[in-house]
Amino acid sequence: MIRLTFIAILLSTSLLADTLNVVPGSKLESIKVALNLARAGDVIQIAPGLYQEGQIIVDKAVTLLGIQYPIIDGSNESEIITVKANGVTIRGLQIQNVGTSYTEDRAGIKLDGVSDCVIQDNRLYNCFFGIYLKRSNDTRIINNEIIGEARFEMSSGNAIHLWYCKNISIVGNTVSHHRDGIYLEFVDESFISGNTSTNNLRYGLHFMFSDRDEYTHNVFKANGAGAAVMFSRDIIMRNNLFENNWGTASYALLLKEIYDGEITSNTFKTNTVGIYAESVNRLLIKNNDFKANGWALKIMGSCMDNKFTANNFYTNTFDLTTSGKSDYNTYTGNYWSEYTGYDLDKNGYGDVPYRPVKMFSYLVANVDASIILLRSLFIDILNFAEKVTPVFIPEGLVDPNPLMKPRP
Amino acid sequence: MIKTLKYSFYDLARSNWTYLYMLFYLLTALSLLFLSNDLSRVIVSLMNIIIVLTPLIGMMLGTMYYYNTRDFAELLLAQPIQRKSVFLGQYLGLSLSMTLSFLVGLGIPFIIYGVLVSSEVWNFSMLLLVGVLLTLVFAALAFLVAAMFENKIKGFGVAIVVWLSLAVVYDGLFLLAMMLFESYPLENAALGITLLNPIDLSRILIMLKLDISALLGYTGAVFNKFFGTSLGLLVSLGALSLWVLAPLGLFLRVVKHKDF
Repeated sequence: MIRLTFIAILLSTSLLADTLNVVPGSKLESIKVALNLARAGDVIQIAPGLYQEGQIIVDKAVTLLGIQYPIIDGSNESEIITVKANGVTIRGLQIQNVGTSYTEDRAGIKLDGVSDCVIQDNRLYNCFFGIYLKRSNDTRIINNEIIGEARFEMSSGNAIHLWYCKNISIVGNTVSHHRDGIYLEFVDESFISGNTSTNNLRYGLHFMFSDRDEYTHNVFKANGAGAAVMFSRDIIMRNNLFENNWGTASYALLLKEIYDGEITSNTFKTNTVGIYAESVNRLLIKNNDFKANGWALKIMGSCMDNKFTANNFYTNTFDLTTSGKSDYNTYTGNYWSEYTGYDLDKNGYGDVPYRPVKMFSYLVANVDASIILLRSLFIDILNFAEKVTPVFIPEGLVDPNPLMKPRP
Repeated sequence: MIKTLKYSFYDLARSNWTYLYMLFYLLTALSLLFLSNDLSRVIVSLMNIIIVLTPLIGMMLGTMYYYNTRDFAELLLAQPIQRKSVFLGQYLGLSLSMTLSFLVGLGIPFIIYGVLVSSEVWNFSMLLLVGVLLTLVFAALAFLVAAMFENKIKGFGVAIVVWLSLAVVYDGLFLLAMMLFESYPLENAALGITLLNPIDLSRILIMLKLDISALLGYTGAVFNKFFGTSLGLLVSLGALSLWVLAPLGLFLRVVKHKDF
């Protein structure tokens, strides 16, 4: 009975909800005025046109619904929409021109200490920060297109920026030309999927101090670095594509101080460095494809107890480099395109262990300038000699049962 | 000189070696292209082959040709012809035929696979240019070595040693020096050392054209700054030309004073 009345009340309130139409040139031509008139639960429909309004503060649970992408222009002077109420939906708007500020984090859409909001199908162009969530929970950010005009790291903001948030879904967004594509700091239990992050100055995706998050099916192309995961625990990275993150100091996936996560079924293609790992522990790296990268894996000596298994390594210049004298990770059952061993018992695994570290990559790790001898005959001879009788490379660093054929 | 050039060229055009050389490049390029359709990757693989084998084959064919045509050269010297034109003609005849074999052998497969309309056309021309220059350098070195040693066995031996030192030993010493002076900024020194070896120079020139250059990190950035500019390209091509002209000049000096 109580439930029924509850539903009845819900229905009646939703029936009571009004629709306010904002149309340029009519009596109601300002979004701010409409917000003043609106009550919680109302829908504010915004007709196509140009609205030069900044500092729009949404402090009621309303829906801002754009029809054919009305343009809200901040004239490079201020933040555009600030949400300060729970349960707000913002849909179908084109928000543009948030000016750069060195003193405040202005954003196209900022959520400040709220929950249960939806930000969907918007376009944000030339915003300092695109969508900015601050101490907000249970919110969905879906199918937005965020394109910035960042030129320098110090004077640009992130496309999607989350700070102290929990349970956020970021799905199907396209972000480019910002500092970081998606930035998460102290963000837990969130889900990031199907986003495309390209041409950002720094990272496509950036985790700091964020735990138990999952990111899958994203595409990271031509960013300073594809994704950087730092100081985080239990991050799951699945089915992402890292491509063309290419440059003298560029990585596809940069890992630093992270614990207990997994990296599975990702593709790393033509990056300078596939995975760079520093102080990374207890990670499972499985079923990934590394194709035509400069270095597929750069694993520093401070990494321990990581397991690399069933990955495919094709035509990378270097498959693996380590800095330490010893290595405490396990590499087993991977496919290495440079493996030349045989399989007499036909079990699909080579009978001779494979040593993924080449003599030359060891040299390069020690003397940077020696990379200049890359592809010289002398180096090939040296690599061969080391392969026959290892002297420099950590003794235990072998794949004891390399796959004969790539994992399909 | 033109006459001796023509004669040498026609002589070599009838030789099996020339066709074998052409066939070798033709087959290598075709099979590499067949195995991987990625032109850029094939260019890298071919670069590895070219910087090792072009010098070796140039050296061998050069010494062989000089020794084989010695009798004929002596016959020519009895005629009222300048020594310079006889030997320069022979050298140019050999380089021309080797260059043509090289260009045809590599050119046909790549044209079939559409290099002319791809973005790799400049990288490919760089590869060809470097290959041709290496051929010229090592043919000249071969003639010089052969002219200096009457004894064929000794001549071949020295030719191999010259090739070995430029292709392998030089890099070994280079690496050793880099390990020893690890704590110093080595980029500019490395640049100078590379300029001194035609094989290293060719390797770097092609590598910087290909997109693996980013691998070279900071060193690569320094190199790119030098070789990437037109001045750098001119300097390096100049250095390679010097590597053609210096042995050739020495060779002509040796044969001028030589008692046949």
